[in-house]
Amino acid sequence: MYRYIINRVLLVFPTLLGAATLVFVLMRLIPGDICLVRLGSGGESFTTAALASCHAEIGIDRPWIVQYLSYIWGLARFDFGISMWSGKPVVTEIATRFPISLEVAVMATVIAVAIAIPLGTISALKQNSWIDLLVRTFSIAGLATPAFWLGIVSILLVLDITQAISGVPWMPPIDYVPLWRDPIRNLSIVMLPAITIGYRYCAVSMRMTRSAMLEVLREDYIRTARAKGLINRLIINRHALKNALLPVVTVIGIEFAFLIGGLVVTEQVFNLNGIGRLMVLSVQNQDYTLTQALVMLVVTIAVVSTLVVDLLYAWLDPRIRLA
Amino acid sequence: MAVLEPTPTGLAALADEGSLAPRGVFGVSLAFLRRQPVGALGIFLVLLFGLAGVFANWIAPYNPTANDFAAMTEAPSWAHWLGTDQLGRDLLSRILFGARTAFVVGMTSAFVGGVSGLVLGVGSAYFGGYVDLWLQRLLDIVMSFPLIIMALAVVSIFGTGVQNVIIAITIPLIPRCSRVVRSSALAIREVPYVDAARALGYGHMRIILRHMVPNVMGPFLVIITAFVGQAILTEAALSYLGLGVQEPVPAWGLMLQGGAEEYATTAPWIAIFPGLAIMLTVFGINLFGDSLRDVLDPKLRDR
Repeated sequence: MYRYIINRVLLVFPTLLGAATLVFVLMRLIPGDICLVRLGSGGESFTTAALASCHAEIGIDRPWIVQYLSYIWGLARFDFGISMWSGKPVVTEIATRFPISLEVAVMATVIAVAIAIPLGTISALKQNSWIDLLVRTFSIAGLATPAFWLGIVSILLVLDITQAISGVPWMPPIDYVPLWRDPIRNLSIVMLPAITIGYRYCAVSMRMTRSAMLEVLREDYIRTARAKGLINRLIINRHALKNALLPVVTVIGIEFAFLIGGLVVTEQVFNLNGIGRLMVLSVQNQDYTLTQALVMLVVTIAVVSTLVVDLLYAWLDPRIRLA
Repeated sequence: MAVLEPTPTGLAALADEGSLAPRGVFGVSLAFLRRQPVGALGIFLVLLFGLAGVFANWIAPYNPTANDFAAMTEAPSWAHWLGTDQLGRDLLSRILFGARTAFVVGMTSAFVGGVSGLVLGVGSAYFGGYVDLWLQRLLDIVMSFPLIIMALAVVSIFGTGVQNVIIAITIPLIPRCSRVVRSSALAIREVPYVDAARALGYGHMRIILRHMVPNVMGPFLVIITAFVGQAILTEAALSYLGLGVQEPVPAWGLMLQGGAEEYATTAPWIAIFPGLAIMLTVFGINLFGDSLRDVLDPKLRDR
């Protein structure tokens, strides 16, 4: 078990290094020069000396290998540098935008899991009944619906419904306040995006719960428990659920890992100032340091989520834990 | 008490009690439609949109790129069944031609991504050792890399357009397919007949093509159908962000960009119909994929 843990944790580092290298190379392959845009955006002409000094200030005049080594060395010391576009530290840029993205992702997860596990279980217990059919249609529709379209449609629906009820259409407020300062306003901003993203997340989890439950319910020990006369509720709570939830936890963890990276379109639709939009801006501005830091953030979240899920799985499954 | 027989799998599963397993493409298809009505609905939806895309030239009432400033943002009417958008273009025609883009991009990305994933997954499982270790690390890196930055980088380096969208969508599909294929192929590596084949001196290619690939076909087909749906959704998302096909090429994601949001309150049909088209197509693909999996994987069928 300990060997498994150590192996699994050690595998994280080559992945992180590989992702750091990939983003480094990708960014430098994009044609264009950030200094040209920065100096030329004012509409006035600039000298070659000014261009050269801009390059030197940002550090892109050094050979690639030197830039790479100083970048990796910075990562090792958790020093992410200065944003090439705005001049502010990268950590500040990200820190102002990360909380809202994280909050949307976490709320989406909470909503998804709270709905998926009970519904998936009921669907498995009453297989091929009308409720099973309804749940399955609901989940397949969730996989098929584009998130941004759902966002647009949900804004429209909220506008129409609030107009019909109170005569005044209501739109979520734009400026972000943290949860502890004004929970109602915060939740009204975050709820619609969370539901939009949560729908697909819920669909995936529901399908996994249903199929895992179906497999577990066919096992011999469930048949034995029924033969012993155990009531259904106890069978599920005491035996079936624990075993069925193992693959479900894996799926939830993996989906969360990809959720953070996929927030861009939703933030665009709901006009949220999150890291998704920051990613688009930083690549378009060719801000190497900011993009590199953002990619490392997203990849680290992905890698840590999968690591936590793998370790959790190993701990929960006694066959692996006691090996 | 009768002897318990193993539940039939694969094509034999489509046979009714007492009849032979269906033969030939036509027989198999008919049996599939009869036993899996949900899958039949899926195929119907896919064919509906697919054929609409193929025959768009003949069935579309208007030219999808023709602006008509006299008829901007018109509600659905007899002249324009689904209404017009902010430039006066007929929405029905744009959706029909958009089906073409969606299917071309979706199926190409799914096929290229799937086959690449198959090659890498089977190769990784077969050769094992360091090849497996490093190939899987490389694929892990690609898989955890945020799709949007990859797509942005591809578009910035190579430009926009259909081919580059296909490249941008195919790249994240490869590691996912390779993972699934690898886990199936790993099971086959240890079976006695593969050992026997090796002992007989058969080359790697022969063992891979004759033993491993046919056995991973089940999960592979299921995941390829899932990929077509995912690719269509990803193409829509990239077009929405402006990274996919450009105006005036009709594409469902592109139709949801810009004007759709601006006019969402005054002309909601501009936003609703393209999204509905995406949803129904991917819904059909998913239904078909689910039924395919039910036929090919005996564990999920009820006893």
